[in-house]
Amino acid sequence: MLKRVHFRSSWLPYALVAPQILVTLVFFMWPAGQSIYQSFLIEDAFGFSTEFVWFENYTYLLTDSLYFDTVFRTLFFSFSVAFLSLSIALLLAGFVDRIIRGAMFYRTMLIWPYAVAPVIAGALWVFMFDPTLGILTAMLDSFGWHWNHRLNGGEAMALVIIAATWKQISYNFLFLVAAMQAIPKSLIEAAALDGAGPLRRFRTIIFPLIMPTGFFLLVVNVVYAFFETFGIIHVVTGGGPAKATEILVYKAYSDGFIGLDLGGSAAQSTILMIGVVLLTVIQFRYVERQVDYSS
Amino acid sequence: MGAENGERVEKLAADFNASQNNYRVVPSFKGNYTDTMTGAVAAFRARKQPHIVQVFEVGTATMMAAKGAIYPVEQLMADSDVVFDKSIYLPGVISYYQTPKGNLLSMPFNSSTPVLWYNREAFAKAGIKQPPSTWQEMFNVSEKLVASGMKCGFSFGWQSWVMIENFSTWHDQSIGTQQNGFAGFDTELSFNTPELKRRIQSIADSQSSGHFAYGGREDDSLPLFSSGECGMWMSSSANTAALSSQAKFAYGQSMLPLDTSIATEPQNSIIGGATLWVLQGHSKQSYRGVAEFLTYLSGAEVQAWWHQETGYVPITIAAAELSREQGFYQRNPDYDVAVKQLNLNTPTENSKGLRFGNFVQIRTIINEELESVWAGTKTASSALDDAVSRGNRLLRRFERAN
Repeated sequence: MLKRVHFRSSWLPYALVAPQILVTLVFFMWPAGQSIYQSFLIEDAFGFSTEFVWFENYTYLLTDSLYFDTVFRTLFFSFSVAFLSLSIALLLAGFVDRIIRGAMFYRTMLIWPYAVAPVIAGALWVFMFDPTLGILTAMLDSFGWHWNHRLNGGEAMALVIIAATWKQISYNFLFLVAAMQAIPKSLIEAAALDGAGPLRRFRTIIFPLIMPTGFFLLVVNVVYAFFETFGIIHVVTGGGPAKATEILVYKAYSDGFIGLDLGGSAAQSTILMIGVVLLTVIQFRYVERQVDYSS
Repeated sequence: MGAENGERVEKLAADFNASQNNYRVVPSFKGNYTDTMTGAVAAFRARKQPHIVQVFEVGTATMMAAKGAIYPVEQLMADSDVVFDKSIYLPGVISYYQTPKGNLLSMPFNSSTPVLWYNREAFAKAGIKQPPSTWQEMFNVSEKLVASGMKCGFSFGWQSWVMIENFSTWHDQSIGTQQNGFAGFDTELSFNTPELKRRIQSIADSQSSGHFAYGGREDDSLPLFSSGECGMWMSSSANTAALSSQAKFAYGQSMLPLDTSIATEPQNSIIGGATLWVLQGHSKQSYRGVAEFLTYLSGAEVQAWWHQETGYVPITIAAAELSREQGFYQRNPDYDVAVKQLNLNTPTENSKGLRFGNFVQIRTIINEELESVWAGTKTASSALDDAVSRGNRLLRRFERAN
């Protein structure tokens, strides 16, 4: 039997959620509403001639085949980043969970990259992979690989995926280690006594028990790859070469802030918003079913 | 402007402030050209606009269309009772920024034009006596450079500006209809000519023999030249300051190469760079200060100093004369190449400049399409056709919004 606590007053719960509601309204609902309104307008850069055009910005966008290329590129990029950063973080957390001496040191070092701002992270990778001056490029050169992400779209995509993944591993690692530490030692010890090796214990005990955290991280990672990687892409490739690393949020930025086409950019933001809502719904409905929270 | 040239802008403002007591100019750096323009537009929409904003030449059509936001310079001078004589400016510079009726809208400040930079030491080592003057020679010289042990023959920065826009005017070919957009917003791009396609394809093909190397957009390719990998580099003449601090070898400037299959003589090159636009919404008193500051910037001494320090062309005839009198061209014989190119012939309808709306985005499209040629994923022919059709879509959208 669960015990339930009841508060008699009817205003208290509202008062308690009010700050959060207010923050959501001011910082999310209001700008989102403005963006939707803007997406129905065509206006010049300074806002002198404004015309309400209903869905013209959307049809302009959806009749552009290059836009769909950007959509697929974004999906590829996001799932690559989410998959790589989650699996590498899982591997590292699995190892750190098992070491006894110096665990604190490893943990601190592995969490460090998270404190680096995306733009700085991007700048680091740009320096290392600069086609003319980069240190890693020089190393690759000695193996006969002439790295040039300014020309080769595949290499550019690889580079932004590496940079975005590198930064996100820390975050995932932090949560996964915490989840692993929360697993009662007795369970693992019992399994060990029954003769289960480290791999088997990981597969049958640790992995299922950290699934709720893993699911949470999946949602967070996809959202990260969709939006927060902007800084990295901006610094590393600027969306190039030839659109090879232009993801949706970068296109919305470059059309809106570089091209000063606010209506078109707002239409892209609206589509992006709908896309992320759908994606999250799908994740909750289908992926979450596989996750067992009760244990 | 940032980096080396930014420090010189700071100095100009400080010198003006020290020269009088009535006004104080506060310079502020807002990022590259596109960032600055976006920042100014956002500031204007929030009613916090600066008095003066530096806008690059491709933003001209957007600024011109914003009639309520800008304060035309010629009118500002008249309203502030400041004597203003347009005839002191180089015609090739101010024609870019005038209305069809000849009113000057913004004040030219930093104007440059692409030139061919070359590595004198590498040339000497490869036994090359003259910088190339035709495209055929470009490849021949590249061949010799590569044979002498260099990694590549040439590269270029600002590929749309150098290889599409200036290539067209240099050979007196149109970039777009309606006099490259000067005559109206209903202009269409027209640079997908067989001649240009052939040239772009030949450059892309020459990558396999090491003649050409692509080094990225804007001036990202500068390290290819300054580190000594490529012997030649086509980009803005205003790289003087950057090269003098980065290149460890003697270098020179020469005129852009001519494609002899298109023209027998070069026409003229066009400017790039920026002008100073004055924004509406401030007090009459402060606009007087703006007028005086702009007059100060056009002074012969200031302009001559700016020209010699940065490699931007002097915007007034007097500043060019003063530089000559000071013996600058005797000490630095190549530094008049930019001015010579701009004044080579009286500009034609094809070569006086360009004025396309949404041109910032169109340049991005041109970058993208050219990159796919360099990467070998498209032929020059289909890339230029695609650049034109994608660009025209944006021109129609600009026409629709204004």
